[in-house]
Amino acid sequence: MSAPSGGRILFTAFMALVLTVLPLPPWLDVLRPVFLVLAVLFWSVNAPRSGDIALGFFAGLALDVFQGPVLGQHALALSLVTYIAVREHQRIRSKPAFQQALIVFAALAVYEFVLFAIDGWSGHPLTSPLRWVHTVTGALLWPPVAAILSYGSRGHA
Amino acid sequence: MAAFGTPAGRPWQGRGGSAGFRFTLYAAVAVVVMYLDQRQHYLEQVRYVLQAAAYPIQLAVNSPPAAWRWIWQSFESRERLQAENARLRAAQRDLELRSMRYEALARENGELRGLHAALPPLADRWLAAQIVNIQLSSLRQRLLINRGAVNGVFKAQAVLDDRGLIGQTTHVGPWSAEVILITDPEHAVPVRIERTGLRTIAVGAGDATSLGLPYLPSNADIKSGDLLVTSGLGGVFPEGYPVARVTQVHRDAVQPLAQVRAEPLAHVDTDSEVMLVWFRADRPTAPTPTGKSLGELKSGIPSLQPQAVPPRPLPAAPGPPAATPQPARARPPAAVPRRPQATEPAAAPKAAEPKAATPQPATPQPATPQPATPQPATPQPATPEPPKQQPPSPQPDTSQAKEQR
Repeated sequence: MSAPSGGRILFTAFMALVLTVLPLPPWLDVLRPVFLVLAVLFWSVNAPRSGDIALGFFAGLALDVFQGPVLGQHALALSLVTYIAVREHQRIRSKPAFQQALIVFAALAVYEFVLFAIDGWSGHPLTSPLRWVHTVTGALLWPPVAAILSYGSRGHA
Repeated sequence: MAAFGTPAGRPWQGRGGSAGFRFTLYAAVAVVVMYLDQRQHYLEQVRYVLQAAAYPIQLAVNSPPAAWRWIWQSFESRERLQAENARLRAAQRDLELRSMRYEALARENGELRGLHAALPPLADRWLAAQIVNIQLSSLRQRLLINRGAVNGVFKAQAVLDDRGLIGQTTHVGPWSAEVILITDPEHAVPVRIERTGLRTIAVGAGDATSLGLPYLPSNADIKSGDLLVTSGLGGVFPEGYPVARVTQVHRDAVQPLAQVRAEPLAHVDTDSEVMLVWFRADRPTAPTPTGKSLGELKSGIPSLQPQAVPPRPLPAAPGPPAATPQPARARPPAAVPRRPQATEPAAAPKAAEPKAATPQPATPQPATPQPATPQPATPQPATPEPPKQQPPSPQPDTSQAKEQR
Protein backbone atom coordinates (compact mmCIF):
# COMPACT_ATOMS: atom_id res chain seq x y z
CA MET A 1 0.00 0.00 0.00
CA SER A 2 1.36 3.35 -0.94
CA ALA A 3 1.00 6.04 1.62
CA PRO A 4 -0.41 9.07 -0.13
CA SER A 5 0.98 12.41 0.86
CA GLY A 6 -0.91 14.56 3.27
CA GLY A 7 -1.19 17.20 0.60
CA ARG A 8 -2.99 14.84 -1.70
CA ILE A 9 -5.47 13.94 1.00
CA LEU A 10 -6.06 17.54 1.92
CA PHE A 11 -6.48 18.57 -1.70
CA THR A 12 -9.04 15.88 -2.45
CA ALA A 13 -10.84 16.65 0.79
CA PHE A 14 -10.95 20.30 -0.14
CA MET A 15 -12.31 19.55 -3.60
CA ALA A 16 -14.89 17.26 -2.04
CA LEU A 17 -15.89 20.09 0.31
CA VAL A 18 -16.30 22.43 -2.64
CA LEU A 19 -18.49 19.87 -4.40
CA THR A 20 -20.50 19.50 -1.22
CA VAL A 21 -21.30 23.18 -0.87
CA LEU A 22 -21.60 24.01 -4.57
CA PRO A 23 -24.98 25.59 -5.19
CA LEU A 24 -27.25 23.26 -7.11
CA PRO A 25 -30.89 23.31 -8.12
CA PRO A 26 -33.09 21.96 -5.33
CA TRP A 27 -33.94 18.60 -6.87
CA LEU A 28 -30.28 17.91 -7.51
CA ASP A 29 -29.33 19.17 -4.09
CA VAL A 30 -31.38 16.46 -2.44
CA LEU A 31 -29.71 13.82 -4.54
CA ARG A 32 -26.20 15.10 -3.97
CA PRO A 33 -24.13 12.83 -1.77
CA VAL A 34 -21.91 14.39 0.88
CA PHE A 35 -18.74 14.10 -1.16
CA LEU A 36 -16.58 15.08 1.74
CA VAL A 37 -17.77 12.08 3.74
CA LEU A 38 -17.07 9.82 0.79
CA ALA A 39 -13.56 11.21 0.47
CA VAL A 40 -12.90 10.84 4.17
CA LEU A 41 -14.20 7.29 4.06
CA PHE A 42 -11.97 6.50 1.12
CA TRP A 43 -8.85 7.79 2.83
CA SER A 44 -9.77 6.18 6.11
CA VAL A 45 -9.98 2.83 4.40
CA ASN A 46 -7.05 3.20 2.05
CA ALA A 47 -4.64 5.28 4.11
CA PRO A 48 -5.77 4.80 7.68
CA ARG A 49 -2.53 6.05 9.15
CA SER A 50 -2.28 9.24 7.15
CA GLY A 51 -5.68 10.66 7.88
CA ASP A 52 -6.82 8.93 10.99
CA ILE A 53 -9.71 10.20 13.03
CA ALA A 54 -8.40 13.73 13.00
CA LEU A 55 -9.23 13.90 9.29
CA GLY A 56 -12.82 12.95 10.03
CA PHE A 57 -13.07 15.38 12.90
CA PHE A 58 -11.78 18.40 11.04
CA ALA A 59 -13.67 17.57 7.87
CA GLY A 60 -16.78 17.38 10.00
CA LEU A 61 -15.95 20.70 11.57
CA ALA A 62 -15.66 22.21 8.10
CA LEU A 63 -19.08 20.84 7.22
CA ASP A 64 -20.41 22.32 10.43
CA VAL A 65 -19.21 25.74 9.44
CA PHE A 66 -20.90 25.49 6.08
CA GLN A 67 -24.13 23.81 6.92
CA GLY A 68 -24.41 22.79 10.53
CA PRO A 69 -26.95 24.23 12.90
CA VAL A 70 -24.73 23.22 15.81
CA LEU A 71 -20.96 23.40 15.75
CA GLY A 72 -19.55 19.92 16.34
CA GLN A 73 -22.48 17.98 14.97
CA HIS A 74 -20.92 16.80 11.74
CA ALA A 75 -17.59 16.53 13.53
CA LEU A 76 -18.97 13.94 15.91
CA ALA A 77 -20.79 12.00 13.21
CA LEU A 78 -17.82 11.97 10.89
CA SER A 79 -15.40 11.05 13.69
CA LEU A 80 -17.53 8.04 14.46
CA VAL A 81 -17.72 6.94 10.84
CA THR A 82 -14.01 7.50 10.40
CA TYR A 83 -13.27 5.48 13.47
CA ILE A 84 -15.32 2.57 12.20
CA ALA A 85 -13.73 2.80 8.78
CA VAL A 86 -10.21 2.98 10.20
CA ARG A 87 -10.84 0.06 12.49
CA GLU A 88 -12.27 -2.11 9.74
CA HIS A 89 -10.18 -0.78 6.90
CA GLN A 90 -8.56 -4.09 6.08
CA ARG A 91 -11.79 -5.97 5.92
CA ILE A 92 -13.45 -3.24 3.88
CA ARG A 93 -10.56 -2.91 1.48
CA SER A 94 -10.59 -6.59 0.66
CA LYS A 95 -14.19 -6.52 -0.45
CA PRO A 96 -15.27 -6.19 -4.06
CA ALA A 97 -16.63 -2.86 -5.14
CA PHE A 98 -20.33 -3.55 -4.81
CA GLN A 99 -19.91 -4.90 -1.29
CA GLN A 100 -17.87 -1.86 -0.47
CA ALA A 101 -20.76 0.22 -1.73
CA LEU A 102 -23.06 -1.60 0.65
CA ILE A 103 -20.70 -0.92 3.54
CA VAL A 104 -20.52 2.71 2.49
CA PHE A 105 -24.29 2.82 2.52
CA ALA A 106 -24.31 1.51 6.07
CA ALA A 107 -21.64 4.01 7.09
CA LEU A 108 -23.57 6.88 5.56
CA ALA A 109 -26.70 5.71 7.31
CA VAL A 110 -24.85 5.74 10.62
CA TYR A 111 -23.53 9.17 9.81
CA GLU A 112 -26.94 10.52 8.93
CA PHE A 113 -28.49 8.89 11.98
CA VAL A 114 -26.06 10.64 14.28
CA LEU A 115 -26.89 13.93 12.61
CA PHE A 116 -30.57 13.13 12.90
CA ALA A 117 -30.28 12.34 16.59
CA ILE A 118 -28.31 15.49 17.34
CA ASP A 119 -30.81 17.51 15.33
CA GLY A 120 -33.53 16.14 17.53
CA TRP A 121 -31.68 16.83 20.76
CA SER A 122 -30.64 20.30 19.81
CA GLY A 123 -34.10 21.36 18.80
CA HIS A 124 -33.77 21.40 15.02
CA PRO A 125 -35.99 18.48 14.20
CA LEU A 126 -35.95 17.75 10.52
CA THR A 127 -38.02 14.71 9.88
CA SER A 128 -38.28 14.86 6.12
CA PRO A 129 -37.44 11.47 4.66
CA LEU A 130 -35.50 13.27 1.95
CA ARG A 131 -32.58 13.72 4.28
CA TRP A 132 -31.79 10.02 3.86
CA VAL A 133 -31.66 10.11 0.09
CA HIS A 134 -28.00 11.01 -0.02
CA THR A 135 -27.03 7.76 1.69
CA VAL A 136 -28.32 5.85 -1.33
CA THR A 137 -26.79 8.12 -3.95
CA GLY A 138 -23.55 8.18 -1.99
CA ALA A 139 -23.37 4.41 -2.03
CA LEU A 140 -24.19 4.34 -5.73
CA LEU A 141 -21.47 6.87 -6.45
CA TRP A 142 -18.91 5.11 -4.32
CA PRO A 143 -17.26 3.03 -7.09
CA PRO A 144 -16.57 6.01 -9.38
CA VAL A 145 -15.49 8.19 -6.46
CA ALA A 146 -13.12 5.51 -5.25
CA ALA A 147 -11.77 5.07 -8.76
CA ILE A 148 -11.14 8.78 -9.13
CA LEU A 149 -9.49 9.10 -5.74
CA SER A 150 -7.22 6.13 -6.29
CA TYR A 151 -6.27 7.35 -9.73
CA GLY A 152 -2.55 7.86 -9.96
CA SER A 153 -1.67 6.08 -6.79
CA ARG A 154 -0.38 2.56 -6.93
CA GLY A 155 -1.11 -0.44 -4.87
CA HIS A 156 -4.85 -0.26 -4.66
CA ALA A 157 -7.08 -3.11 -5.49
CA MET B 1 -5.26 -5.17 -0.39
CA ALA B 2 -1.68 -6.13 -0.31
CA ALA B 3 -1.46 -5.13 3.28
CA PHE B 4 -4.22 -7.42 4.29
CA GLY B 5 -3.08 -9.69 7.06
CA THR B 6 0.52 -8.69 6.71
CA PRO B 7 2.53 -7.20 9.51
CA ALA B 8 2.41 -3.93 7.63
CA GLY B 9 -0.95 -3.27 9.19
CA ARG B 10 -0.13 -4.94 12.44
CA PRO B 11 1.86 -2.41 14.38
CA TRP B 12 -0.80 0.12 13.80
CA GLN B 13 -3.50 -2.37 14.47
CA GLY B 14 -1.71 -3.12 17.69
CA ARG B 15 -2.47 0.40 18.67
CA GLY B 16 -6.12 -0.28 18.01
CA GLY B 17 -6.87 0.57 21.56
CA SER B 18 -5.35 3.94 21.02
CA ALA B 19 -7.49 4.43 17.92
CA GLY B 20 -10.48 3.89 20.12
CA PHE B 21 -8.97 6.24 22.64
CA ARG B 22 -8.43 8.91 20.02
CA PHE B 23 -11.94 8.50 18.79
CA THR B 24 -13.24 8.91 22.32
CA LEU B 25 -11.14 12.02 22.65
CA TYR B 26 -12.45 13.57 19.44
CA ALA B 27 -15.98 12.58 20.22
CA ALA B 28 -15.70 14.18 23.63
CA VAL B 29 -14.34 17.35 22.07
CA ALA B 30 -17.21 17.36 19.57
CA VAL B 31 -19.78 16.89 22.30
CA VAL B 32 -18.28 19.66 24.40
CA VAL B 33 -18.19 21.95 21.39
CA MET B 34 -21.81 21.17 20.68
CA TYR B 35 -22.78 21.85 24.25
CA LEU B 36 -20.94 25.14 24.34
CA ASP B 37 -22.38 26.22 21.03
CA GLN B 38 -25.93 25.17 21.64
CA ARG B 39 -26.53 25.82 25.31
CA GLN B 40 -23.98 28.39 26.36
CA HIS B 41 -23.36 30.34 23.17
CA TYR B 42 -19.72 30.62 24.09
CA LEU B 43 -18.54 29.95 20.61
CA GLU B 44 -19.88 32.98 18.81
CA GLN B 45 -16.35 34.28 18.42
CA VAL B 46 -15.11 30.97 17.08
CA ARG B 47 -17.98 30.78 14.65
CA TYR B 48 -17.24 34.32 13.61
CA VAL B 49 -13.67 33.44 12.71
CA LEU B 50 -14.66 30.20 11.01
CA GLN B 51 -17.30 31.97 8.99
CA ALA B 52 -14.67 34.46 7.86
CA ALA B 53 -12.44 31.56 6.81
CA ALA B 54 -15.25 29.91 4.92
CA TYR B 55 -16.31 33.02 3.05
CA PRO B 56 -13.65 32.85 0.30
CA ILE B 57 -14.65 29.27 -0.44
CA GLN B 58 -18.28 30.20 -0.61
CA LEU B 59 -17.46 33.09 -2.91
CA ALA B 60 -15.36 30.88 -5.14
CA VAL B 61 -17.98 28.19 -5.22
CA ASN B 62 -20.56 30.65 -6.35
CA SER B 63 -18.37 32.21 -9.00
CA PRO B 64 -19.38 29.99 -11.93
CA PRO B 65 -23.09 30.83 -11.63
CA ALA B 66 -22.22 34.46 -10.99
CA ALA B 67 -19.97 34.55 -14.04
CA TRP B 68 -22.67 32.96 -16.11
CA ARG B 69 -25.16 35.56 -14.95
CA TRP B 70 -22.73 38.35 -15.68
CA ILE B 71 -22.12 37.10 -19.21
CA TRP B 72 -25.81 36.68 -19.76
CA GLN B 73 -26.52 40.19 -18.60
CA SER B 74 -23.78 41.76 -20.64
CA PHE B 75 -25.33 40.33 -23.77
CA GLU B 76 -28.73 41.69 -23.04
CA SER B 77 -30.02 43.85 -25.77
CA ARG B 78 -30.28 47.58 -25.51
CA GLU B 79 -34.00 47.59 -26.15
CA ARG B 80 -34.64 45.21 -23.38
CA LEU B 81 -32.66 47.29 -20.97
CA GLN B 82 -34.47 50.43 -22.03
CA ALA B 83 -37.81 48.78 -21.61
CA GLU B 84 -36.80 47.55 -18.22
CA ASN B 85 -35.55 50.97 -17.29
CA ALA B 86 -38.84 52.55 -18.21
CA ARG B 87 -40.73 49.95 -16.30
CA LEU B 88 -38.59 50.42 -13.24
CA ARG B 89 -38.96 54.15 -13.39
CA ALA B 90 -42.72 53.86 -13.47
CA ALA B 91 -42.63 51.41 -10.62
CA GLN B 92 -40.42 53.71 -8.62
CA ARG B 93 -42.74 56.65 -9.11
CA ASP B 94 -45.61 54.52 -7.97
CA LEU B 95 -43.69 53.35 -4.94
CA GLU B 96 -42.63 56.84 -3.98
CA LEU B 97 -46.21 57.96 -4.02
CA ARG B 98 -47.16 55.01 -1.96
CA SER B 99 -44.43 55.51 0.57
CA MET B 100 -45.42 59.13 1.03
CA ARG B 101 -48.92 58.01 1.64
CA TYR B 102 -47.68 55.32 3.94
CA GLU B 103 -45.66 57.60 6.11
CA ALA B 104 -48.54 59.96 6.53
CA LEU B 105 -50.78 57.06 7.42
CA ALA B 106 -48.31 55.62 9.84
CA ARG B 107 -47.93 58.86 11.68
CA GLU B 108 -51.57 59.53 11.72
CA ASN B 109 -52.50 56.07 12.85
CA GLY B 110 -50.00 56.09 15.66
CA GLU B 111 -51.16 59.42 16.88
CA LEU B 112 -54.74 58.49 16.46
CA ARG B 113 -54.17 55.90 19.08
CA GLY B 114 -52.33 58.36 21.21
CA LEU B 115 -49.56 55.88 21.42
CA HIS B 116 -46.51 57.87 20.70
CA ALA B 117 -44.41 55.47 22.66
CA ALA B 118 -45.85 52.45 20.98
CA LEU B 119 -45.72 53.13 17.31
CA PRO B 120 -45.07 49.95 15.45
CA PRO B 121 -41.37 49.57 15.09
CA LEU B 122 -40.90 50.89 11.62
CA ALA B 123 -37.74 50.31 9.75
CA ASP B 124 -35.08 52.81 10.67
CA ARG B 125 -32.38 51.86 8.28
CA TRP B 126 -31.97 49.67 5.28
CA LEU B 127 -29.00 48.02 3.70
CA ALA B 128 -28.96 46.18 0.43
CA ALA B 129 -27.03 42.93 0.28
CA GLN B 130 -26.06 40.71 -2.59
CA ILE B 131 -26.86 37.04 -2.45
CA VAL B 132 -23.60 35.19 -2.66
CA ASN B 133 -24.73 31.65 -2.27
CA ILE B 134 -28.11 30.02 -2.11
CA GLN B 135 -29.27 26.68 -0.82
CA LEU B 136 -32.80 25.69 -1.66
CA SER B 137 -33.09 22.05 -0.83
CA SER B 138 -36.06 20.66 1.02
CA LEU B 139 -33.88 20.31 4.09
CA ARG B 140 -32.09 23.61 4.12
CA GLN B 141 -33.27 26.89 2.73
CA ARG B 142 -30.47 29.32 3.32
CA LEU B 143 -28.83 32.28 1.70
CA LEU B 144 -25.39 33.66 2.12
CA ILE B 145 -25.20 37.42 1.74
CA ASN B 146 -22.19 39.65 1.35
CA ARG B 147 -22.83 41.79 4.41
CA GLY B 148 -21.52 40.96 7.82
CA ALA B 149 -20.59 42.36 11.16
CA VAL B 150 -18.44 45.10 9.64
CA ASN B 151 -21.64 46.47 8.13
CA GLY B 152 -23.42 46.26 11.43
CA VAL B 153 -25.36 43.12 10.67
CA PHE B 154 -26.35 41.21 13.79
CA LYS B 155 -27.78 37.83 14.55
CA ALA B 156 -31.52 37.41 14.11
CA GLN B 157 -31.90 40.44 11.89
CA ALA B 158 -34.87 40.65 9.58
CA VAL B 159 -34.23 40.28 5.85
CA LEU B 160 -36.70 41.43 3.23
CA ASP B 161 -36.94 41.81 -0.48
CA ASP B 162 -39.07 44.26 -2.37
CA ARG B 163 -42.16 42.09 -2.09
CA GLY B 164 -42.04 40.74 1.40
CA LEU B 165 -40.24 39.02 4.18
CA ILE B 166 -37.45 36.61 3.30
CA GLY B 167 -35.96 35.46 6.56
CA GLN B 168 -33.51 36.33 9.27
CA THR B 169 -29.78 36.07 9.79
CA THR B 170 -28.52 33.04 11.67
CA HIS B 171 -24.74 33.18 11.59
CA VAL B 172 -22.90 36.41 11.10
CA GLY B 173 -19.32 36.55 9.97
CA PRO B 174 -17.24 39.66 9.43
CA TRP B 175 -18.08 40.03 5.75
CA SER B 176 -20.89 37.60 5.27
CA ALA B 177 -23.98 36.38 6.99
CA GLU B 178 -26.11 33.32 6.65
CA VAL B 179 -29.82 33.89 6.27
CA ILE B 180 -32.37 31.29 7.17
CA LEU B 181 -35.39 31.64 4.93
CA ILE B 182 -38.94 31.68 6.17
CA THR B 183 -39.47 28.60 4.02
CA ASP B 184 -36.79 26.60 5.83
CA PRO B 185 -38.40 23.70 7.67
CA GLU B 186 -36.72 24.86 10.86
CA HIS B 187 -38.10 28.37 10.65
CA ALA B 188 -41.33 29.80 11.97
CA VAL B 189 -42.51 33.36 11.68
CA PRO B 190 -45.23 34.97 13.79
CA VAL B 191 -47.83 36.38 11.44
CA ARG B 192 -51.19 38.05 11.51
CA ILE B 193 -53.98 37.61 9.04
CA GLU B 194 -54.41 41.08 7.74
CA ARG B 195 -58.13 40.81 7.11
CA THR B 196 -59.12 39.58 10.55
CA GLY B 197 -56.16 40.41 12.78
CA LEU B 198 -55.93 36.77 13.83
CA ARG B 199 -52.43 35.91 14.93
CA THR B 200 -50.75 32.63 14.21
CA ILE B 201 -47.45 31.13 13.17
CA ALA B 202 -46.28 30.33 9.68
CA VAL B 203 -43.84 27.45 9.46
CA GLY B 204 -41.52 26.75 6.58
CA ALA B 205 -42.24 23.67 4.52
CA GLY B 206 -38.87 23.17 2.89
CA ASP B 207 -40.22 24.39 -0.39
CA ALA B 208 -39.46 27.84 -1.74
CA THR B 209 -43.08 28.41 -2.70
CA SER B 210 -45.02 27.33 0.32
CA LEU B 211 -45.52 27.90 4.03
CA GLY B 212 -47.72 25.98 6.40
CA LEU B 213 -50.03 27.39 9.08
CA PRO B 214 -50.35 24.35 11.29
CA TYR B 215 -51.84 25.94 14.39
CA LEU B 216 -55.18 27.22 13.18
CA PRO B 217 -58.35 25.56 14.40
CA SER B 218 -60.80 24.31 11.81
CA ASN B 219 -63.23 27.11 12.50
CA ALA B 220 -60.65 29.87 12.15
CA ASP B 221 -61.69 32.71 9.93
CA ILE B 222 -59.26 32.31 7.10
CA LYS B 223 -59.74 31.86 3.42
CA SER B 224 -57.74 31.58 0.29
CA GLY B 225 -56.30 34.90 -0.76
CA ASP B 226 -55.82 36.29 2.73
CA LEU B 227 -52.68 38.28 3.22
CA LEU B 228 -50.37 37.33 6.06
CA VAL B 229 -48.25 40.10 7.55
CA THR B 230 -45.68 39.97 10.29
CA SER B 231 -47.28 40.41 13.66
CA GLY B 232 -44.17 41.81 15.30
CA LEU B 233 -44.42 39.41 18.18
CA GLY B 234 -41.10 38.02 19.20
CA GLY B 235 -39.32 41.22 18.34
CA VAL B 236 -37.29 39.83 15.46
CA PHE B 237 -39.35 41.09 12.59
CA PRO B 238 -40.74 44.58 12.27
CA GLU B 239 -44.49 44.62 12.31
CA GLY B 240 -46.80 44.82 9.37
CA TYR B 241 -44.62 43.58 6.53
CA PRO B 242 -46.24 41.24 4.05
CA VAL B 243 -45.17 37.64 4.33
CA ALA B 244 -47.39 35.38 2.30
CA ARG B 245 -50.76 34.91 0.72
CA VAL B 246 -52.99 32.02 1.67
CA THR B 247 -53.37 29.68 -1.24
CA GLN B 248 -55.29 26.78 0.13
CA VAL B 249 -57.45 26.07 3.17
CA HIS B 250 -58.47 22.54 3.83
CA ARG B 251 -60.96 21.87 6.59
CA ASP B 252 -61.55 18.32 7.63
CA ALA B 253 -64.43 17.73 9.99
CA VAL B 254 -62.46 15.02 11.71
CA GLN B 255 -59.37 17.11 12.28
CA PRO B 256 -59.33 19.76 14.99
CA LEU B 257 -56.91 21.89 13.01
CA ALA B 258 -57.29 23.33 9.57
CA GLN B 259 -54.65 22.60 6.99
CA VAL B 260 -53.60 25.88 5.52
CA ARG B 261 -50.92 26.58 2.95
CA ALA B 262 -49.63 29.96 1.97
CA GLU B 263 -47.31 31.17 -0.72
CA PRO B 264 -44.51 33.54 0.29
CA LEU B 265 -44.65 36.86 -1.48
CA ALA B 266 -40.89 37.18 -1.70
CA HIS B 267 -39.38 35.44 -4.69
CA VAL B 268 -36.31 34.00 -3.14
CA ASP B 269 -35.38 31.90 -6.10
CA THR B 270 -35.17 34.84 -8.49
CA ASP B 271 -33.81 37.55 -6.24
CA SER B 272 -30.23 38.61 -6.43
CA GLU B 273 -30.46 41.30 -3.81
CA VAL B 274 -32.11 41.47 -0.43
CA MET B 275 -32.58 44.18 2.17
CA LEU B 276 -31.45 44.10 5.76
CA VAL B 277 -33.61 46.06 8.15
CA TRP B 278 -32.84 47.87 11.34
CA PHE B 279 -35.78 48.87 13.44
CA ARG B 280 -36.13 50.10 16.93
CA ALA B 281 -35.87 46.96 18.94
CA ASP B 282 -36.73 48.80 22.13
CA ARG B 283 -40.27 48.94 20.87
CA PRO B 284 -40.96 45.30 20.52
CA THR B 285 -44.57 45.32 19.54
CA ALA B 286 -47.20 47.87 19.02
CA PRO B 287 -50.35 46.28 20.39
CA THR B 288 -49.24 45.26 23.86
CA PRO B 289 -48.32 48.45 25.69
CA THR B 290 -51.78 49.93 25.83
CA GLY B 291 -54.00 46.99 25.48
CA LYS B 292 -56.85 48.75 27.22
CA SER B 293 -57.28 51.82 25.16
CA LEU B 294 -56.53 49.87 22.08
CA GLY B 295 -59.21 47.37 22.80
CA GLU B 296 -61.73 50.11 23.20
CA LEU B 297 -60.57 51.67 20.05
CA LYS B 298 -61.00 48.45 18.23
CA SER B 299 -64.48 47.90 19.45
CA GLY B 300 -65.43 51.46 18.79
CA ILE B 301 -64.28 51.78 15.26
CA PRO B 302 -64.30 48.58 13.36
CA SER B 303 -62.83 50.29 10.37
CA LEU B 304 -59.65 50.91 12.31
CA GLN B 305 -59.32 47.40 13.52
CA PRO B 306 -56.03 46.49 11.92
CA GLN B 307 -53.71 47.87 14.51
CA ALA B 308 -50.65 48.30 12.45
CA VAL B 309 -50.40 50.34 9.35
CA PRO B 310 -50.80 47.82 6.65
CA PRO B 311 -49.09 48.81 3.47
CA ARG B 312 -52.17 49.55 1.46
CA PRO B 313 -52.19 53.26 1.39
CA LEU B 314 -54.56 54.13 -1.35
CA PRO B 315 -57.95 52.94 -0.12
CA ALA B 316 -57.70 54.85 3.13
CA ALA B 317 -57.42 58.16 1.38
CA PRO B 318 -60.48 59.83 2.91
CA GLY B 319 -59.32 58.89 6.36
CA PRO B 320 -56.29 61.03 6.98
CA PRO B 321 -57.75 64.50 6.57
CA ALA B 322 -60.52 63.69 8.99
CA ALA B 323 -58.10 62.34 11.47
CA THR B 324 -55.24 64.74 11.19
CA PRO B 325 -56.54 67.24 13.69
CA GLN B 326 -56.55 64.51 16.22
CA PRO B 327 -52.91 63.68 16.35
CA ALA B 328 -52.13 67.22 17.32
CA ARG B 329 -53.95 66.63 20.53
CA ALA B 330 -51.12 65.72 22.76
CA ARG B 331 -51.25 62.46 24.57
CA PRO B 332 -54.35 61.77 26.61
CA PRO B 333 -55.19 58.32 25.41
CA ALA B 334 -58.51 58.36 27.16
CA ALA B 335 -59.84 60.76 24.66
CA VAL B 336 -59.48 58.18 21.96
CA PRO B 337 -61.88 55.51 23.03
CA ARG B 338 -65.11 57.43 22.57
CA ARG B 339 -65.80 57.49 18.89
CA PRO B 340 -63.01 59.81 17.98
CA GLN B 341 -64.33 60.43 14.52
CA ALA B 342 -67.67 61.68 15.62
CA THR B 343 -66.44 63.81 18.48
CA GLU B 344 -63.74 65.23 16.40
CA PRO B 345 -64.37 68.88 17.14
CA ALA B 346 -65.22 68.13 20.71
CA ALA B 347 -62.16 66.08 21.33
CA ALA B 348 -59.75 68.64 20.07
CA PRO B 349 -60.87 71.42 22.39
CA LYS B 350 -61.01 69.02 25.25
CA ALA B 351 -57.43 68.21 24.73
CA ALA B 352 -56.60 71.83 24.35
CA GLU B 353 -58.42 72.62 27.50
CA PRO B 354 -56.14 70.92 30.02
CA LYS B 355 -53.27 72.94 28.79
CA ALA B 356 -55.33 76.06 28.56
CA ALA B 357 -56.88 75.70 31.97
CA THR B 358 -53.60 76.27 33.66
CA PRO B 359 -54.96 76.75 37.17
CA GLN B 360 -55.05 73.01 37.55
CA PRO B 361 -51.58 71.63 37.93
CA ALA B 362 -50.42 69.67 34.99
CA THR B 363 -49.61 66.66 37.07
CA PRO B 364 -52.47 64.37 36.22
CA GLN B 365 -52.16 65.12 32.60
CA PRO B 366 -49.31 62.95 31.47
CA ALA B 367 -49.68 59.47 32.80
CA THR B 368 -53.17 58.88 34.07
CA PRO B 369 -55.23 56.66 31.87
CA GLN B 370 -58.23 58.95 31.59
CA PRO B 371 -56.92 62.35 32.43
CA ALA B 372 -59.12 64.45 30.26
CA THR B 373 -62.45 63.96 31.95
CA PRO B 374 -61.54 64.30 35.63
CA GLN B 375 -59.25 67.18 35.11
CA PRO B 376 -61.78 69.83 34.23
CA ALA B 377 -63.18 69.13 37.67
CA THR B 378 -66.61 68.89 36.15
CA PRO B 379 -68.38 65.95 37.68
CA GLN B 380 -70.65 65.52 34.69
CA PRO B 381 -69.72 62.34 32.93
CA ALA B 382 -70.92 63.57 29.58
CA THR B 383 -67.56 63.98 28.09
CA PRO B 384 -68.32 65.91 24.94
CA GLU B 385 -70.12 68.69 26.67
CA PRO B 386 -67.77 70.21 29.22
CA PRO B 387 -65.05 70.81 26.73
CA LYS B 388 -67.51 72.44 24.40
CA GLN B 389 -68.48 74.92 27.03
CA GLN B 390 -65.02 75.59 28.14
CA PRO B 391 -63.14 76.27 24.95
CA PRO B 392 -64.25 79.89 24.78
CA SER B 393 -63.05 80.58 28.30
CA PRO B 394 -59.38 79.58 28.10
CA GLN B 395 -57.21 82.53 27.46
CA PRO B 396 -54.21 81.16 25.57
CA ASP B 397 -55.68 80.91 22.14
CA THR B 398 -52.22 80.47 20.79
CA SER B 399 -51.88 76.94 21.95
CA GLN B 400 -55.30 76.13 20.67
CA ALA B 401 -54.59 77.59 17.32
CA LYS B 402 -51.40 75.70 17.16
CA GLU B 403 -53.14 72.50 17.92
CA GLN B 404 -55.92 73.00 15.50
CA ARG B 405 -53.58 73.32 12.64
